[in-house]
Amino acid sequence: MNLATQGTPVGEPYVVEPSEPVAVEVQALSVWYRSFQALADVSFSIPRHRITAVIGPSGCGKSTFIRCLNRMNDLIPEFRMTGDIRLEGARIYEMDPTEVRRRVGMVFQKPNPFPKSIWENIAWGLRINGRRHDLAESVERALRRAALWDEVKDKLHMPATSLSGGQQQRLCIARVLAVEPEVLLLDEPTSSLDPIATARIEDLLIELKDRYTIVIVTHNIQQAARISDYAAFFYLGRLIEFQKTEDLFTRPRCSMTEAYITGRFG
Amino acid sequence: MRRPKRERFLDGMLHWVGLGATLFGLLVLTVLLVDVSLDGLPRLSWDFLTSYPSRRPEQAGILSALVGSLWLLSLTALIAFPLGVGAAIYLEEYAGRTKWSRWVEINVANLAAVPSIIYGLLGLEIFVRALFAVTNGRSVLSGALTMSLLVLPVIVLASREAIHSVPNSVREAAYALGGTRWQVVRDHVLPLAFPGILTGTILALSRAIGETAPLITIGALTYIAFLPPLSLEGLRTPFTVLPIQIFNWISRPQKGFHVNAAAGILVLLAVLFLMNATAIYLRYRSQRRLEL
Ligand SMILES: Nc1ncnc2c1ncn2[C@@H]1O[C@H](COP(=O)(O)OP(=O)(O)O)[C@@H](O)[C@H]1O
Ligand SMILES: [Mg+2]
Repeated sequence: MNLATQGTPVGEPYVVEPSEPVAVEVQALSVWYRSFQALADVSFSIPRHRITAVIGPSGCGKSTFIRCLNRMNDLIPEFRMTGDIRLEGARIYEMDPTEVRRRVGMVFQKPNPFPKSIWENIAWGLRINGRRHDLAESVERALRRAALWDEVKDKLHMPATSLSGGQQQRLCIARVLAVEPEVLLLDEPTSSLDPIATARIEDLLIELKDRYTIVIVTHNIQQAARISDYAAFFYLGRLIEFQKTEDLFTRPRCSMTEAYITGRFG
Repeated sequence: MRRPKRERFLDGMLHWVGLGATLFGLLVLTVLLVDVSLDGLPRLSWDFLTSYPSRRPEQAGILSALVGSLWLLSLTALIAFPLGVGAAIYLEEYAGRTKWSRWVEINVANLAAVPSIIYGLLGLEIFVRALFAVTNGRSVLSGALTMSLLVLPVIVLASREAIHSVPNSVREAAYALGGTRWQVVRDHVLPLAFPGILTGTILALSRAIGETAPLITIGALTYIAFLPPLSLEGLRTPFTVLPIQIFNWISRPQKGFHVNAAAGILVLLAVLFLMNATAIYLRYRSQRRLEL
């Protein structure tokens, strides 16, 4: 199937260039899985140390998009792309993928701690990145940043799977923060969590944006409105609209965007 | 409402038929064990375990066959385990879903079903004859290499299965932290797959310990009155194994040798039982470790 034949609204997307420093630049990104086109000509700039929300109905390519930003899609054999993604000006598809993934960390939809101890979950990323010397301090620092330290400091050697879902997801965030990435990608990180655990993660992300550029995929429009500074609305593999969250939610420029945020489809 | 009644009847039938089949298997096994034990148990003694074969049944022992089997088994494990696990890692984690990997996959599955005598013929031609300079012909090394061919496909299949069942979310998490393929495999995939790999390997080896055909084909002897020296040179000495010794005793006319055969079977069963118990124990241990 091709996007051209899907009857997409092929109006020009409304894309605002942020008036602040940019961390990641996406230029004319198109993605195919074998012959199926999952993204078509996506271009926009992700501002540094801000939270950018990626919203849109399920299947519109949100996951595909953020998995391009840390080259996770390289692991899918049928994946193919054209276009360009730059991290602080450097083309990530010309860098070593392990280097990209260290600089652009990712948290997944379902908490996926390693089936090892809490300590090991954090320490592994440090070790493989050659940071063995101050392991104990680094582990503690990561857990503190993820607001998990007080809950786990007495049971660092317990299995990570003994934590609650929300704690596991914060452990996954801590695990990523430990290797000190510049960008933090989150793919619907709270969709399997209860409202209280969700609120804790949202608070945490707001705290973290001073240090990290955050891109969060969410199908929860209220969540995007609550925590993000910028928002990108995707529909059928295209970027429809990208601008400040406030503007996108109060003055959407595209009728598709308006229909989606007012809950008329999705 | 006739159907539910009929279904319930069939359900009950199946229950009893299934139970019957299970009991039948157990019954046959018990009869065999009791029969062999009645014949063989009185013969089992320290002397029997530590004597070489002899023309006189009451003096004959199983030492060289037992040591030969253990030798052969350890060597086979040493050769086949790294090769098999390596191949499985390659096929699952490196090769991807290409035509080539599918071709290899189908052929490995076919190899697992090849009758063991074929491996014997292959071993005779390659290891005994072509590689004579290395193996010294009908040696325990030739036997182990032949047995490795035999168990390799089973180890590859079992290891692939175990590696395949490691959840993808674990790989994704590890790659997303900047792990290289080898780091991800070494630290996450292999530890999780290990219990399965181990069980598969030990089960494959317990198949090997009962095999006779390929070893007869490559010319394992039946009368060995010495133990191989524990050295590289020892690998190049002739050998025999438990099933061959048992078969040899059974085919003799004297009643005394038949008793020896029964005792030999008990020894073979004990080795098998020990191996399976080890598999279960190692599995249990590594699972407990993983839960941490
Ligand atoms: N590995 C894949 N192979 C083939 N098609 C895929 C693959 N991953 C995703 N897709 C397809 O690409 C489209 C976008 O998927 P995805 O990025 O997961 O959407 P979202 O995260 O917005 O729900 C969907 O139609 C999905 O079926
Ligand atoms: Mg998704």
